[in-house]
Amino acid sequence: MINKKALRGAVGAAGFLLILEILGRVGVIDPYTLPFPSSILVSAAGLLANGEFLLDVGVTLSSCLIGLLLAVVTAVPAGLVMGTLPAVERAVRPLVEFLRPIPSVALLPLAMFLFTVSEQGKIALIVYTACWPLIINTLYGMHDVDPLAKETLRSFGFGPYDVVRLVSLPSAAPFISTGVRISASVALIVAVSVELVAGGEGIGTFVTDAASGNRRDLMIAATAWTGVIGLLINSLLAGAERRIFRWHRAQAGEELVR
Amino acid sequence: MTRIAVRVAQLWIIPVTFLVWELTTRVAEAIYFPPPSTILVHLYEQWFSGPLVHLFLTQDAFDHLLPSLGRLILGWAAACAVAIVVGVTLGRLAVLADFVNPLIHFFRSVPPPLLIPIFMTLTGVGTPLQLAGIVFGVVWPVLINSLDGARYVDRGYLETCEVFGLSRVQRLTRVVLPSAAPKIFAGLRLSVALALIMMIISEYIGSTEGIGYRMLVAQSQVDIPSMWTAIVILGVLGLVLNAAFLRFERHVLTWHRGARKTD
Repeated sequence: MINKKALRGAVGAAGFLLILEILGRVGVIDPYTLPFPSSILVSAAGLLANGEFLLDVGVTLSSCLIGLLLAVVTAVPAGLVMGTLPAVERAVRPLVEFLRPIPSVALLPLAMFLFTVSEQGKIALIVYTACWPLIINTLYGMHDVDPLAKETLRSFGFGPYDVVRLVSLPSAAPFISTGVRISASVALIVAVSVELVAGGEGIGTFVTDAASGNRRDLMIAATAWTGVIGLLINSLLAGAERRIFRWHRAQAGEELVR
Repeated sequence: MTRIAVRVAQLWIIPVTFLVWELTTRVAEAIYFPPPSTILVHLYEQWFSGPLVHLFLTQDAFDHLLPSLGRLILGWAAACAVAIVVGVTLGRLAVLADFVNPLIHFFRSVPPPLLIPIFMTLTGVGTPLQLAGIVFGVVWPVLINSLDGARYVDRGYLETCEVFGLSRVQRLTRVVLPSAAPKIFAGLRLSVALALIMMIISEYIGSTEGIGYRMLVAQSQVDIPSMWTAIVILGVLGLVLNAAFLRFERHVLTWHRGARKTD
């Protein structure tokens, strides 16, 4: 079943590239607008041996990772505390709701002033951005707990701590991991944005340089690699989620035996 | 009346934060952090002290604020409409979804800001670039959420539909859409933020007007209060869009909240 799915996906992707190639060769799409997929693929393969590009990828990814870790360490406990203590949530929630919608990139010019090293500014913005999906998802999860399960435990004489440990946390866990996944993709977006606007090292700078050299094939190839990297990160996290939270999906009516 | 008073009282942390911010910045005299009162005065002067016939908007607001808003709303609405229709359709057509799934997830994984330099070589600097950026940023998360929501419908509900002999249209409107709605709204909520990010980034990189452009100009001139007014405007914009969206979501999803609540 999984193989069939993968096969269909591969056919879909190959078909997409083939159609673009044909449209390009026939002349429907101007090759200047969109270089032939074949030549983009060649450039993409070339990038794998391009030390400069690999270094840039490393820089971008390491800032994402550091930022994300810092965000998880601060935001998830904060969300748990808010989710368990309604008084704290009532007090802090307005502040969270007030700060959260501020788009992180709006703070970019400020970050450029505050951090002379663009690397630090990048990480600071990533932490700021990644925090909110984590807090909100943790809270969402804490609120989405089946009230019947909570009350069953309560009526069997379990205390509030046990209710959190045995019911709330396990049922919020899938939401938290979704929060991590969202934050990871947003972290990549913010990292690249900072690089595009403020320069420094990273994938964004690589694309800007390719643009100034008028290398569309390189721009698209580098962008595509970033997409692949994002996809890999996401599937790794989603795979882990699926493995760990099998019961959650079983509840949603998905077949487990494949 | 008392209920409103209670709700207002629950927001006590906001004025307290402002007060602390005001006092700290005044005491510390930090160059990059002007006190909120200074920012507010500047905000009024720069954007909202225009003549009455212009609804108090200044020339700056006409040149930078309104174009940004127009593009944001247009791009977001268009992208969401398309994404929901395509997503729900694909969600119910499992085989077709298998074919396009990797492509969708690939495009969704491309950080949309990276496409702005690419679009820029095509469209040049200006509104088409901003719209393309916003649409590309918004489309994928909404599409994927709609697809997932429409796909993983509780099997019990679908079997009930079959037992009661509901038509396809009825099944879509009565069961699939409602059960996909929370997921779709999660995607929409995310997309509001993404649309705003793309609006700002595309104005940073490829524009000669807009709030983002104005902000970057202020930054390069070390005009700190102007930069902060832009931050405040963008923050308020995010806040208002989010609040409006939440109201709408709460209105539409009342039944979902009801089903999850006992006391």
